[in-house]
Amino acid sequence: MSRIAARFAALTQEGRGALIPFVEAWDPDGATSLALLRGMPGAGADLIEIGMPFTDPMADGPTIQAAGKRALAAGASVPAALAMVRDFRKDDADTPVVLMGYLNPILSYGTDRFCTDAAASGVDGLIVVDLPPEEAGLLLPYAATRGLDFIRLVAPTTDDNRLPYVLDGSSGFVYYVSIAGITGTRFATSEHLAQAIPRVRRFTNLPIAVGFGVRTPGQAAQAVRAADAAVVASALIDTLASTLDDQGRAGPVTVRRVLDQVRELAEGVREARLNI
Amino acid sequence: MSGPERPVLLNSLRSGPDRAGRFGDFGGRFVAETLMPLVLEVERAYRAAKDDPAFHAQLRAYLTDYVGRPSPLWFAERLTQTLGGAKIYFKRDELNHTGSHKANNCMGQILLARRMGKTRIIAETGAGQHGVATATMCALFGFPCTIYMGAVDVERQKPNVFRMKLLGAEVRPVTSGAATLKDAMNEAMRDWVANVADTYYLIGTVAGPHPYPMMVRDFQSVIGEEAKVQLQECEGRLPDAAVACIGGGSNAMGLFYAFLDDPSVRLIGVEAGGHGLETGSHAASLSGGRPGVLHGNRTYLLQNDDGQILEAHSISAGLDYPGVGPEHAWLHDIGRVEYVAATDQEALEAFQLCTRTEGIIPALEPAHALAHVIRIAPGMSRNAVIVMNLCGRGDKDIFAVADHLGVAL
Repeated sequence: MSRIAARFAALTQEGRGALIPFVEAWDPDGATSLALLRGMPGAGADLIEIGMPFTDPMADGPTIQAAGKRALAAGASVPAALAMVRDFRKDDADTPVVLMGYLNPILSYGTDRFCTDAAASGVDGLIVVDLPPEEAGLLLPYAATRGLDFIRLVAPTTDDNRLPYVLDGSSGFVYYVSIAGITGTRFATSEHLAQAIPRVRRFTNLPIAVGFGVRTPGQAAQAVRAADAAVVASALIDTLASTLDDQGRAGPVTVRRVLDQVRELAEGVREARLNI
Repeated sequence: MSGPERPVLLNSLRSGPDRAGRFGDFGGRFVAETLMPLVLEVERAYRAAKDDPAFHAQLRAYLTDYVGRPSPLWFAERLTQTLGGAKIYFKRDELNHTGSHKANNCMGQILLARRMGKTRIIAETGAGQHGVATATMCALFGFPCTIYMGAVDVERQKPNVFRMKLLGAEVRPVTSGAATLKDAMNEAMRDWVANVADTYYLIGTVAGPHPYPMMVRDFQSVIGEEAKVQLQECEGRLPDAAVACIGGGSNAMGLFYAFLDDPSVRLIGVEAGGHGLETGSHAASLSGGRPGVLHGNRTYLLQNDDGQILEAHSISAGLDYPGVGPEHAWLHDIGRVEYVAATDQEALEAFQLCTRTEGIIPALEPAHALAHVIRIAPGMSRNAVIVMNLCGRGDKDIFAVADHLGVAL
């Protein structure tokens, strides 16, 4: 069983949903983002999503755009992101790690080589934003060979005719983009989730994570009541950004503030189903 | 979702793309899932329009009476004498309404958006020519219109920004990334994904996800079709060479498409060489880039070793883009089209020569094409014929040119 499947199975046993915090690799520098990554499981992260910076993040709002820009200025690269996961795996053999990014840096690195090195570094799954199922043949066979879960995005615009096609070849979990929009802007209504998640469930047995716009413990709770996991990215990056100095450098409270917020989000997720 | 392959005529280079939007290995649909259903909707709507004679009749009528087609083919006699070689003809798409070839595509797509029942138009622009053409068609048909333009370009193309505003468009300066054309395209896609129900994204060049490269080429191909007929009338034959500048490559695809299956016609695309290919400061993605994926398609891109997109540089904001349309990438790889580069300086010299010998102020974009014509014409026979797409007029550029020439206006 993959790390992702094992984690979701254990959480089902516990009767609770998962918190998936996001960290942009090398934002604002390699050491700080590695410290965040290492601290996240202790703060309540059930899985972790690591963003691989790209110059042209078309699906991302201003917060993640800025994070990517800081990371690239600090020297982020595909090998640097993979090295971060290797370092993390030295102390943590259980927490699933998912890489999220755009296709071009992966193509540039080489798709086969990327999947080989990612798996060897301890990566469990991939989310490639600009790789719809129509084009997935470029990467999916290599990911499958290396045992990497291939996590697909499903959006409000993905209708019932298209859902089976999108889900075909998906593994790990399904990432439900809760709004038609970019990251970090607004959140879906609970009515929308109550309608949308069962619709997706009709086509898959995989766990469903809700992302795009989940900012508060309350929203994370709302997400795991409807689905199986909540992804939180922009809200954590906003906190990180608020601790940086004029030159964009991390300060003494950067790691603590972000991890405190992960803790609050984790509480929200853990209490969600108790308070129904 | 890709259906059966369209039958491909093996002896034709004009049958692409395939059902998946591929020209060889290039093209495709690399967009986030949220946008994918919209991209498929545009494709369905375009295929239906393409098969509808009423759509073509309507488009033809607007192109004739509003855009001003056919554009003339002009024998540039003084320039020909000055260079002392091949006869040079200009396909005068700068005489279109709004001053460039962009009107051909905007008219086609706005009619499509109307058919689709869309009520709001968005577009990206670099030099502002596509933005002006889009804003114009939106004024004509009463659509609200938002134009994304890099903040750097807003600064260097002020006349076009004001024109768009006069036409009723909202111009949103884009400060993300490098604040130029590629970032404007990112921002337009972000708008589209957030306004999926009512908004039509009117892409200005032969790039983006399928069906845009095909659709924009089809709407621009009127340029080459007309030129072919006009040359037949005045020279009684095909040209020896067809030359056009390349940013994304829509005016070049428009000129070349009619001649792809005529092997006697040399097709030459001229990229923006900026400060020179050797300096790394240029916008020549075919001459100086390698394949990758950006803005929905696989094509040649300026990128670093990590696959991060590099900033392009050109004196011409309209060519200042780190990618190129996927059909050009394919034509490059199979060797049907030659791709060369002209520098900022060469374009400036061509700009001045054209103005003085022909009384035509070209845009800096086609000045790059002319720079290459200046190189090759003298070495060709006096019976040889070159057709060059004069795809835009240079009124918008006089401030930038004055600046480069050290003249205070």
